[in-house]
Amino acid sequence: MATLIADPITDSPIAGAAQADDAPLVIGGRALRSRLMVGTGKYRSNEQMVRAIEASGAEVVTVAVRRVDLDRTKEEGVLFHLDPRQYLLLPNTAGCYTAGDAVRYARLARAAGFTDWVKLEVIGDQETLLPDADATLRAAKELVADGFTVLAYTNDDLITALRLEDAGCAAVMPLASPIGSGLGLVNPYNIRTIKSRLSVPVIVDAGVGTASDAAVTMEQGVDGILMNTALAEARDPVRMARAMALATEAGRLAYLAGRMPRRERAVPSSPLAGMLD
Amino acid sequence: MAEMITAAAAQVRVNGDEREVPAGLTVAGLLEHLGLHPRMVVVERNGEILRRDTLDGLRVEPGDAYELVHFVGGG
Repeated sequence: MATLIADPITDSPIAGAAQADDAPLVIGGRALRSRLMVGTGKYRSNEQMVRAIEASGAEVVTVAVRRVDLDRTKEEGVLFHLDPRQYLLLPNTAGCYTAGDAVRYARLARAAGFTDWVKLEVIGDQETLLPDADATLRAAKELVADGFTVLAYTNDDLITALRLEDAGCAAVMPLASPIGSGLGLVNPYNIRTIKSRLSVPVIVDAGVGTASDAAVTMEQGVDGILMNTALAEARDPVRMARAMALATEAGRLAYLAGRMPRRERAVPSSPLAGMLD
Repeated sequence: MAEMITAAAAQVRVNGDEREVPAGLTVAGLLEHLGLHPRMVVVERNGEILRRDTLDGLRVEPGDAYELVHFVGGG
């Protein structure tokens, strides 16, 4: 049965909750109640971040691994604001440019003791932040061998996605468009192709800018979306988070429902017979 | 005066910076000395990640290099 999540503002059930007519998204053996995953970066305040995440209905929440600032030890890490019992923390390896660095960050994250999940991200180019497919694949193999549940961020490239699946990744996360760009889904064909060929969940990660982007992305049939900047940089992140929850659910439902065919010509939707003289 | 500090202090590297800390600390004591809550921090010493339940029993040695990390906001 569907478990509906109450919206923190209206107290009504919100989208993002599992639907009775849809199988739950399962990653690494864990069934998730929401197909929307969100990040915790770049919010104007921790309070705003917490409220936006609540409004998103997300269960999986990404965090980054960084040095403690020893001059500001009063500022606790993000875990001070997020209950690891309420959310499945997904540490990322953001900022890593080599396979070795990514593996090191993943191991540090796991040593915190909350999860063996990691969002593997190895960047190949500072300007575009596009992934290094080769380094990502090498890191993925090492982390899988080390017992991690690896969710691998990658280009919207079928061959790389297939190799990451073969390497044992629990999910493959192709981009919609570059990180932080908000350009939306630039190549639906590639995303559909990846989804059609992989057995593990495909989670589109990066590039979604607004609710319509989320809906279009989910309409390709992918299993979920991960986003951060679209919420954090919205004028009203909490409201945008609610919009994204609805859009993710709407896109999923539209995909399951199956769209009407596109036609070059108009076709009347009212009967032609029975018109008055 | 410098000798007195040397006698009571150990020189270690923490998050890229040289620091003098009281001699004879455990790693858990080092975190406390730095004002950190051990549960929120992961400790890497000389390139090796330390298990949290061992921090009480491990001594800080002069010349150790520590990386102290935690989770921050990210996407």
